[in-house]
Amino acid sequence: MRIKHLAVTGAAIVGIMAVPAPAFADDPSPAPAVNTAGTSFLTAVSITANQPVQVGAVTGDYLYWQFNASAGQRPEATATVNLPDGRTGDESWIIEVFDGLRRRQACVAGEQSPVATKDAAQVTLGCRLRQVRSWAEPQDGDPLPGTYYVRLSSTQTPEKDLGLPLKVGLTLGTPDGDLDADQGELAAPLVPNNQPGAVLTAPAPSASADPDAEKSSFSADWLPDFSGRWFWTAGGGIIAALTGLFGFSLTRRRRRA
Amino acid sequence: MIHKSLSIVVATGLISAATLLGAAAPAFADETEPSEPPRVELVLDVSGSMKAADIAGETRIAVAKRAFNKVVDALPETTQLGIRVLGATYSGNNKRVACKDTQQITPVGPVNRTQAKNAIATLKPTGYTPIGLALRKAADDLGDTGSVRRIVLITDGEDTCTPPDPCEVARELAAQGTHLVIDTLGLTPDEKTRKQLVCISTATGGTYAAAKSEEELTDRVQQLVDRAALPPPVQPAVVTGTADCTNAPLLAPGVYTDREKLSEHRFYRVAVQPDQELRASVSIGLDRAVNPDYGVLLKASTPDGRELVRGVDAGAGRTDVLSAGLRWSADEQKADAKASAEAADDDAAADAVDDTSTDVCLIVSNSFAAVAATAATAPGMPVELSIDLVDASHAPDAPGLGRGFLFLLVLAIAGLLAGILAGWVTRYWVATWREN
Repeated sequence: MRIKHLAVTGAAIVGIMAVPAPAFADDPSPAPAVNTAGTSFLTAVSITANQPVQVGAVTGDYLYWQFNASAGQRPEATATVNLPDGRTGDESWIIEVFDGLRRRQACVAGEQSPVATKDAAQVTLGCRLRQVRSWAEPQDGDPLPGTYYVRLSSTQTPEKDLGLPLKVGLTLGTPDGDLDADQGELAAPLVPNNQPGAVLTAPAPSASADPDAEKSSFSADWLPDFSGRWFWTAGGGIIAALTGLFGFSLTRRRRRA
Repeated sequence: MIHKSLSIVVATGLISAATLLGAAAPAFADETEPSEPPRVELVLDVSGSMKAADIAGETRIAVAKRAFNKVVDALPETTQLGIRVLGATYSGNNKRVACKDTQQITPVGPVNRTQAKNAIATLKPTGYTPIGLALRKAADDLGDTGSVRRIVLITDGEDTCTPPDPCEVARELAAQGTHLVIDTLGLTPDEKTRKQLVCISTATGGTYAAAKSEEELTDRVQQLVDRAALPPPVQPAVVTGTADCTNAPLLAPGVYTDREKLSEHRFYRVAVQPDQELRASVSIGLDRAVNPDYGVLLKASTPDGRELVRGVDAGAGRTDVLSAGLRWSADEQKADAKASAEAADDDAAADAVDDTSTDVCLIVSNSFAAVAATAATAPGMPVELSIDLVDASHAPDAPGLGRGFLFLLVLAIAGLLAGILAGWVTRYWVATWREN
């Protein structure tokens, strides 16, 4: 009985801690629709998840958008292109996603480069990224938190069809993946540094040339970030305690008998 | 199972709240102060061919005039807009005179709506189509104030005054490094016109569109003017890369622009502090016709040529730019150098390693192949280089916490064994205590 009581108490403690969680769920207020697209990486138009994008464009345009993704998300872009009438041949379309360093990111799902036949009325494209990691080796190409660029274009078009007007719709989803799979943290997200460059004559002095600052500040680096692992570990401790009590009781019961 | 689902709910809630807060920050972090307003010039073809009545029974010029009026009405107050026409005055047959026929009817500046509309109303389709000259003059009209400059060229026919080839003119204007983009719009274009306009817009990183109705024309001009009113967040600084690393320009974090010929490579240098991470990305714009398979390589190396890391991308088919990027931090290299200095029992050298910055050479190369011989020559293709230095990220330690059912099982068995052991010890201890 006592063991059962303990187990219930343990579950209740975890349960109480869990109750406020739904309050943190994302707010449902939809962002206003976007009806522009950039024409280069620098002029890419910012969009957010679930924000409707409807743009008028022409065949041959390169359309750019950008969004922010954070660790644990699995960004997915889906585009629909309403093609013009009177085309003279097939068109190949492509949706590409680049990270903040303009590195191409692999799509793991979605129709990334479909071919629209001559009489197709519309073509649908999609690209889902791998899960955004919280940290990666500098030499790795893993998706990292920061800015992402989406480029929608046609890679092969009959020359005669260039310039024909069309309509493009885009939706972006950022569902959460496995949230506590990662360790490590990126010191700064991959956000492009958009300031005009300057050619130096001598190396700039180090910005972090203050050795005292590091010593005085309290550091809690050894403590892992909050994640599901805390619950697994704490829960494991509780289970271990319970099985420990059970094991202890086994040795006593035999003696009574 | 209850534990698992509850804990995941908590984790999801807290983490999504944290990421919402965290993700919002970078988006607003790099707001730059408003720079010079962008300047736009509309260049309208008023040559004889605009008389053709083939847009829903109306003449091309009538449709273009109405579209212009609508655009002028909808202009934002801040836009600096000018209007230039070509082929509007000289109706004779002397080609030399006809090919100089281009005038600015509204100077570049805040738009006086009435004046602009009156000027448009008086236009009559007349002469030749000197596009090349009109583009040159339009670039002069816009001046070089350091702001973004956009020309919107609207024509129904190809240049009738070649040479100069307007496409060559466009490439030459773009190569002057003064942020000029030419968007082109073909009014019911034929094949030659389309090819020429596509060439002009590609050469300057602009767009090409065809308009076959008044609505299409109005929408597109409107879109181009709106787009021009939103300047890019940064004006890249002009830099010239060199053929080797020792003389390469030393770059601070920021955005740069350069020109690189086909199959050329250029060197740049960045000084990276030991606790910093270098982030670099490069985009090479395809401003001319190239063979359909191509690549771009961004390589970081030490000044003596040892490769550190590379970013590479390749592709096939139409594209506007090809980009590659890389990250590199001095962390491991510093650790190696310090270890070797300490091994040699040289404290001074070990300390020195801590403070000195490392020069990293960045090499930008491309593997584009020219379709035509002229495409291989100067000016090179536009290169956009972006450099950033941030704090280095450190490799994570092994996880301090566990996860998963196997982990729980191991803990449970360990607990069970510990409990049994404790029970036995207690039994033994109680037994011996009773005996004594």
